[in-house]
Amino acid sequence: MRLTAIAGAVVVTGGLFLYAGGWFTPHELTPAAMINTFEYLNGTHPGFRRNHAKGVCVTGYFESNGQGQVISKAQVFRPGRVPIVGRFALAGGKPYAADTPATIRSLAILFKQADGQEWRTAMVNIPVFVVKTPQAFNEFQLASSPDPATGKNIPGAMPAFLAKHPETAAALQVIGQHPFSSGFGDSPYYALNAFRFIDAQDKSTPVRWYVTPDQTFTANSTAATGKNYLFDGLIAQLHAKPLSWHLILTIGQPGDPTADATQAWPPDRKQIDAGTLTINTIESEDTSPTRDINFDPLVLPDGIAPSDDPLLSARSAAYSQSFTRREGEHKMPSAISTAEVEK
Amino acid sequence: MSTFTKSPAQFALLSRILHWLMAACLLAMLFIGVSMVASLGDYHTLLSIHRPLGILILLLAVIRLATRLLTRIPEFPPAMPRQERFVVKASERLLYTLFFALPLVGWAMLSAGHYPIVMFGAVHLPPILPARPELYATLRETHTILAYLLFLAFLAHLSAILFHTLILRDGLLERMVPWSVRTVEDKSEV
Repeated sequence: MRLTAIAGAVVVTGGLFLYAGGWFTPHELTPAAMINTFEYLNGTHPGFRRNHAKGVCVTGYFESNGQGQVISKAQVFRPGRVPIVGRFALAGGKPYAADTPATIRSLAILFKQADGQEWRTAMVNIPVFVVKTPQAFNEFQLASSPDPATGKNIPGAMPAFLAKHPETAAALQVIGQHPFSSGFGDSPYYALNAFRFIDAQDKSTPVRWYVTPDQTFTANSTAATGKNYLFDGLIAQLHAKPLSWHLILTIGQPGDPTADATQAWPPDRKQIDAGTLTINTIESEDTSPTRDINFDPLVLPDGIAPSDDPLLSARSAAYSQSFTRREGEHKMPSAISTAEVEK
Repeated sequence: MSTFTKSPAQFALLSRILHWLMAACLLAMLFIGVSMVASLGDYHTLLSIHRPLGILILLLAVIRLATRLLTRIPEFPPAMPRQERFVVKASERLLYTLFFALPLVGWAMLSAGHYPIVMFGAVHLPPILPARPELYATLRETHTILAYLLFLAFLAHLSAILFHTLILRDGLLERMVPWSVRTVEDKSEV
């Protein structure tokens, strides 16, 4: 009888542990399941990021003008320079895919404060995100991508998804109203999720940010001119001169949605130009240490905090899963090789 | 004074307090850790607790080891067989090793993975290893294996103490209870 009680205590404790680890709920969406979806749709490409797989690394600096200090105590907003490393990439999990005018482009930046704290942000060239929750993201991926077995989209999958997710249909309309630029250098990049900025008095302000190019926006071409034409264009521009963007902080008002990345805030919201991001060197992932940086959007300095947006924690978890998988794998050469970057 | 040379009835008070405090921290930590692996929505909150709690456990482990080495420990129950005493001593070493290894591997893993080691607010720790991808991957795997090993060691520890307390009733648990237990000899001296 007592022996049974002891066995029972051990089994219950062990069972609770496995339950917490998701062993009894195999159909719940987990970080591993999200990354499995990328591998299912794109194939597994060892050593590469499971999303935004094709990219190139850059360095530069952020020159703060001090304006951001009004809403955040983060050191990065004090007047002065902080070094940055970054990565331009194309959305999608295929590291050797050809550049196309319609592929979503991204810019990830790591700001390295003098006190050792870091701010990492992964931004894209669409003004709102396509989904509101990680579950919807996983379904959207499956509905919007070609079936790996047939190479064709599953008929009816996307209309069914949009019927279930009107917020995605609305977001796609907003995205359609913001045509892409011609290249990486003349594009704005949006952080999409809302965050909270914390000032020296611990006052919290809802904020979204984006970077807007100093390079003149040129309308997107309709056709690709080469397999790596977007990257080659960026390389040529950076060989000629540094590129710069202004970091714009948009301040939310009470009632503005912070937990829905598909919804833009009203256009009249106050904006703060916090300073200039300058990028002056470019390097292939084959040699750059930036290849091994996880641009987890929740690596934040004191003075910037997550909002209630459910995508943030999910991104953090899924990026970590992708990072852990690729770091242990043998590295294949990047499509944007050192020779490509130096030509 | 015969009581001077006799072993104490219990572990030192500080050891007993640390035992129960660390038990609570470690059990919470193991559940937080395994939940993080499966969690999307709570991942960030869990991780924000996981890092400073791990460092707290490392600090407690340092004090605990020092206390363990500097204080006298109670005897095993007289009826405990030699082989079991050996197993108990080995499992104690294993647990102490894991108290140190798990937080240190976690800290080293974040260092090798090029992550800032954020505690809370502006407080963060320096890296203890250079950023190296293959090192990160190995340490990440090691962290998981050691955590499962610690959980299994905890289950074994729990079964053993329940067996001694409920079946053998040899008073083994009294050596570690936080309150003071007076031995028969003590009582006779009053």
